Amino acid sequence: MNQPVIDTSPKVSDEVRKTTCYMCACRCGINVHMKDGKVAYIEGNRDHPVNKGVLCAKGSAGIMQVNAPSRLRKPLRRVGPRGSGEFREIEWDEALSTAVGWLNELHETAPQKLAFFTGRDQSQSFTSFWAQNFGTPNYAAHGGFCSVNMAAGGIYTMGGAFWEFGQPDWEHTKLFMLFGVAEDHDSNPIKMGLGKIKARGARVIGVNPIRSGYNAVADDWVGITPGTDGLFILSLIHVLMKAGKIDLDYLARYTNAPVLINATEGAEKGLFLRDADGKPLVIDRVTGEPTAFDKPGVRPDLSATYEKDGVTHRPVFHLMAEKYLTDEHAPEAVAERCGIPADRIRAIAAEIARVAFDEAIELDHEWTDFRGETHSKMVGRPVSFHAMRGISAHANGFQTCRALHVLQILLGTVEVPGGFRFKPPYPKPVEAHPTPHGDRRPGRPLNGPHLGFPRGPEDLLLDDCGTPQRIDKAFTWENPMSSHGLMHMVISNAAAGDPYKIDTLFMYMANMSWNSSMNTKGVMEMLTAKDDDGNYVIPNIIYSDAYSSEMVAYADLILPDTTYLERHDCISLLDRPICEADAAADAIRWPVIEPDRDVRGFQSVLIELANRMNLPGFTHEGGTPKWKDYADYIVNHERRPGIGPLAGFRGEDGDKEGRGEVNPEQLNRYIDNGGFYVAHIPEGADYYKPWNTAYQNWAVDMGLYDSPQPYLFQLYSEPMRKFQLAAEGYGDRQPPDHLRQRIKDNLDPLPIWYETDQQGNEGFTVNALTQRPMAMYHSWGTQNAWLRQLHGRNPLYVPTKLMREHGLQDGDWAKVSSPHGEITVPVMEMAALNDNTVWTWNAIGKRKGAWALQEDAPEATKGFLLNHLIHELLPAKGDGMRWANSDPVTGQAAWFDLKVKIEKAEAPTDTQSQPEFDPILSPVGTGPKDLAWKVGK
Amino acid sequence: MTQLPQSTERKMGLVIDLDTCVGCHACVISCKGWNTENYGAPLSDQDAYGSNPSGTFLNRVHSYEVQPEQGHAQLIHFPKSCLHCEDAPCVTVCPTGASYKRVEDGIVLVNESDCIGCGLCAWSCPYGARELDQAEGVMKKCTLCVDRIYNDNLPEVDRIPSCVRTCPAGARHFGDLGDPDSDVSKLVAERGGMDLMPEMGTKPVNKYLPPRPKDTVEEQIDILAPLLAPVAEEPKGFLGWLDKTLEKL
Amino acid sequence: MHPAPSVIIFTTLSGLGFGLLFFLGLGLPDVSGWVAFVFFAIAYALAVGGLMASTFHLGHPERAWKAFTQWKTSWLSREGWCAVLALIVMGLYGLGVIFLGQRWGLLGWLGSLFSLATVFTTSMIYTQLKTIPRWNMKLTPAMFLSFSLAGGALLAGQSAVALPLLLVAALVQILYWRQGDRAFGASGTDLGTATGLGQRGAVRAFEPPHTGTNYLLREFVHVVGRKHAEKLRVIAFGLAFVLPLVLLVLPFNHVFALLAVLSHLAGVATSRWLFFAQAEHVVGLYYGKR
Repeated sequence: MNQPVIDTSPKVSDEVRKTTCYMCACRCGINVHMKDGKVAYIEGNRDHPVNKGVLCAKGSAGIMQVNAPSRLRKPLRRVGPRGSGEFREIEWDEALSTAVGWLNELHETAPQKLAFFTGRDQSQSFTSFWAQNFGTPNYAAHGGFCSVNMAAGGIYTMGGAFWEFGQPDWEHTKLFMLFGVAEDHDSNPIKMGLGKIKARGARVIGVNPIRSGYNAVADDWVGITPGTDGLFILSLIHVLMKAGKIDLDYLARYTNAPVLINATEGAEKGLFLRDADGKPLVIDRVTGEPTAFDKPGVRPDLSATYEKDGVTHRPVFHLMAEKYLTDEHAPEAVAERCGIPADRIRAIAAEIARVAFDEAIELDHEWTDFRGETHSKMVGRPVSFHAMRGISAHANGFQTCRALHVLQILLGTVEVPGGFRFKPPYPKPVEAHPTPHGDRRPGRPLNGPHLGFPRGPEDLLLDDCGTPQRIDKAFTWENPMSSHGLMHMVISNAAAGDPYKIDTLFMYMANMSWNSSMNTKGVMEMLTAKDDDGNYVIPNIIYSDAYSSEMVAYADLILPDTTYLERHDCISLLDRPICEADAAADAIRWPVIEPDRDVRGFQSVLIELANRMNLPGFTHEGGTPKWKDYADYIVNHERRPGIGPLAGFRGEDGDKEGRGEVNPEQLNRYIDNGGFYVAHIPEGADYYKPWNTAYQNWAVDMGLYDSPQPYLFQLYSEPMRKFQLAAEGYGDRQPPDHLRQRIKDNLDPLPIWYETDQQGNEGFTVNALTQRPMAMYHSWGTQNAWLRQLHGRNPLYVPTKLMREHGLQDGDWAKVSSPHGEITVPVMEMAALNDNTVWTWNAIGKRKGAWALQEDAPEATKGFLLNHLIHELLPAKGDGMRWANSDPVTGQAAWFDLKVKIEKAEAPTDTQSQPEFDPILSPVGTGPKDLAWKVGK
Repeated sequence: MTQLPQSTERKMGLVIDLDTCVGCHACVISCKGWNTENYGAPLSDQDAYGSNPSGTFLNRVHSYEVQPEQGHAQLIHFPKSCLHCEDAPCVTVCPTGASYKRVEDGIVLVNESDCIGCGLCAWSCPYGARELDQAEGVMKKCTLCVDRIYNDNLPEVDRIPSCVRTCPAGARHFGDLGDPDSDVSKLVAERGGMDLMPEMGTKPVNKYLPPRPKDTVEEQIDILAPLLAPVAEEPKGFLGWLDKTLEKL
Repeated sequence: MHPAPSVIIFTTLSGLGFGLLFFLGLGLPDVSGWVAFVFFAIAYALAVGGLMASTFHLGHPERAWKAFTQWKTSWLSREGWCAVLALIVMGLYGLGVIFLGQRWGLLGWLGSLFSLATVFTTSMIYTQLKTIPRWNMKLTPAMFLSFSLAGGALLAGQSAVALPLLLVAALVQILYWRQGDRAFGASGTDLGTATGLGQRGAVRAFEPPHTGTNYLLREFVHVVGRKHAEKLRVIAFGLAFVLPLVLLVLPFNHVFALLAVLSHLAGVATSRWLFFAQAEHVVGLYYGKR
């Protein structure tokens, strides 16, 4: 037999350039294979701490993104009415001077009239620095409508949360319980972790109304009723406490379970008893006396109470026993609401208990805790948890996230082998975070960082009349702990002039006129609304994006950004870094190709704008600019002496990490190192981090803290109690009366569950959710010729029971309505789905004319958004007031509280999903008909 | 050439773990990227930005729902590409000899310069593993990355198919299924690896590891004793237990 | 299967053409000179025309000559050889008949044999495919051969032979449909064996791998046209067999003969359309479609 001779060793590429992916929020390392100066192939970087060589569908499709026909090509100035998409191309100089013309006066006279909000921004430490120096209080990224409940719930409870804050100990965990996630957060690490668990045959329990993706591979699936996760978790806590399956030693040592709560009636009731130095007190089991929690040698007592002046002060743990052992948390009491049989809840609790206590592991790592006690071993309880938006995007999400962390802590499985581990710079207690700032100081920088963690009413951003300082009303009584701002309220508040009018709306990478807004149609109307004089209510809108998204048509000035392979970026420890539980790490992007269009990296444009306006912080005293572009800033900016955006290769010789002088060669060193830097945590410092002296010292050396910050996990949240006290009438700063009861009820210092506000939802009984396909990131995947073939349209997935009830078959159409609106869309049956839940893929539906697609693209004809059914306000209450559709603690947008009614419908006459909108004019035309993309000869 | 070899020296192939695949499509796109740039003609796309986009892919991920007699429906993600069959019907039907099975490793390939694009091989394949590229008019199929697995220009660790290298969950394994001592053969033996459509007699080299049993926690765990035997019925009793237990710590 | 016009035209016309050549090779009808030329011209037009049509669906027709190399294993290659041999042998034979008034009997027999072999090899291209249970039956070659012979006899004006042959073909057609309708179910292949998940419960295709279409779906899944299958069967049967038989039984008339041929041609083409359109490829299972 003679078979053809083939070349099995063809040349793969001329050169490999290593940078960081930006096809979603995961930030994996990529090898970009170049041929003839062009991108030929993209694969994962094996050395990279995040993805260790693997890469998801989005990442591998990067070549179709950097060559997408939807890329903006030149700055644009609107010539038609807003929303039409009619623009003229202009030069950069005109674009920049136009922007400066609008902004400079605001900076000098009324900086709050600029609202600067960024969406999928991965440079928040820089964009916030810019906004701070501009002086506007109105800055945030998209956390408020994404997952602030998860972040804030974690930080207030234990100094960190899931995703960028920490991860399961994939190497050791024996039981992994996964609650609803947004797939693009930690996308590859979760898959890699699941793979490791599966390879060992360990158990995965998925808690999610929808059994797709990770839940499809879960060994046990809990198809919970949306919004009842907190109820389920508190029931697990009830069962575990009742059986004594909790880690008392851990609770006594590392949490505030033994901290004494002031029981004296009055303004201090419910706050911690503290010593003269302000340190919370515990009863020392050795002396029986109240003692500062961190005194060397102290053995906190979980049970003892403290009598003084006829008042019995009890420890937190007593309050927990009282709260969680009641029958209202028994499995039988919650089973029906959660949609989980009581026996199943008990079985899961039992399995958790079995693994945590019967399969405990020990690592022979000696370590010393903050009280000076040395431990010869590290004990691990190999049960781990992960959750994201599924539990947090509800109006009870903050408390639910807290409940999940309390469950982990009761089991003693946080920061131990086999449990949940923090990633530097976390753990980081609330005390190590800033408070919010919002003072208006024309011509001067803001008085401090915009966003932070309020410790109590004193940190709210209200002026003397009680008016919100921020346009999004973050850090007000409506949502006092809104640590990420409320991007979803900016446009509606600005359009309503409430709390005040703004002049310029400046946004980056946020598709607010389409899939990133609730009430999409309403937002389009707000963006185009005119006053009596015929002027736009929001006078100027500046938008920066790399692609022709739906939002482009609604801006007056477009600053075209580069794609991710054409830019400098830093994934900084000052921001949302890419660390692992074993290491601190950061990374860069660098231009592995040059743009073939007249576009500029947005961050460099911000520097140019700052320089033209002589913004403080960006200019030396004489007015000369500090940095010429973003790359210059990345290398030369110092937040504190010796600490800059990048932690690696600092110092003159590039041999310092964390702290060190500026190194002009830093970027080249990163490039030579594969685009990232890793600083490993020494053995013995790698677990028990919040209390581990070796870790704390390492973190100080790295510049993560300026001094060791050991702390206790906050099962009981004192800041929440302070807001409750205000609502009870104590203190100078008082909530308006209509919010008092809500604050008393919802800001309970111990996790609770409450039904989300269903006012006005009568008759709408079916839960409606969205998920993100693993292969698409928000709206971006659609412009990608390869990815859009995977998900070019989205049916509404309907459970078998509802399909039968409504006489529906695959391909039929259904009218889906909510108190706010209705859509008519195609349906598809799904059996592995909660019986009373429908769902669809997020952001597949597109507006005609956007993303360089032809107007008859399936995304624009069959695809649809659920957003049309969701309003940023709830239906009016009896008193006519409409409250925000968000969490009363943090203001997180409650996307997943949506309830709908579903009815079989005739196919629309044009067989297109309803509602339809007029096409927008594409500023970039449409893409080519056919592709056969080969770069090499 | 379309005679199948009597036997091949090795049987290189994939083992796909249905218990682990989360259906992310990473393998689909990595394959598209590598094979567009490498072996033979690029994998083209028609109407790429229009109403009916359709391109050539060598690997696609399906999904199926299984409704057991008792319990919840299950969803299984199901990647599928060429199975490099020992009795590959696609090879013997080829009139030109363009399709062939390599003697040294059993990989089934198409020699594109001999392919007339008649489509018969695709007709003969029960698995839908072959797609006729609409731009080039030749049959495309999984090459098992024959231009990677022996490629001296790649580091040794990367000499595996691109789908295996990229799979985030590690649900894809590559090796010699003809060697009973290979890792992949052991995995197949341990986990009961199976053939697709065995009745077709194609003797696929690629194997699928079935999903493990699901939703068994209630059966496996006694929900009362000893694990969940209550230490107390009342909060007060609980504090009594607490005192006693703390004594022992 | 997608009922591509190129393959329908090919199998219909070349089946008829080679059927006619079969009879011409046997000296039926016993003609010479210009009359023979017309018969041979018709036969060649049908056979070669069909073969030409078959190249329309090739991605690279200019490489078609390579198809002669794999006769050891490939029915398509064998078909190529048989067709070429039949056309050459019958060409030589025809030259003798038309221009030399010679009837080289052995050559004619050989040509007839190759002509039938061509039809048989064509049928085996389909019959060999286990992936399409409706084709993977002994009745498939029986159908191709009986159609070809009946049509050939009709074209050759051999009423006496055509009559029984049409009856046989009609019977084969009915049997083919009957058995064909059960073939997929009897094949033992279903979504359970396709996925290996059948032991766990009822398997249902959920999300397809891509929301759009692809080559496999275009080529193998043709659900739309099947709606009218029953009606088309009646039409096909009526045109291919009933009407020609009636016309044959009637007193001979050239118009009737022509009508009989045309009716048969239209009927066979319809039957062939159904042959493809109703054939379900097992790949459809993976997509939840057949």
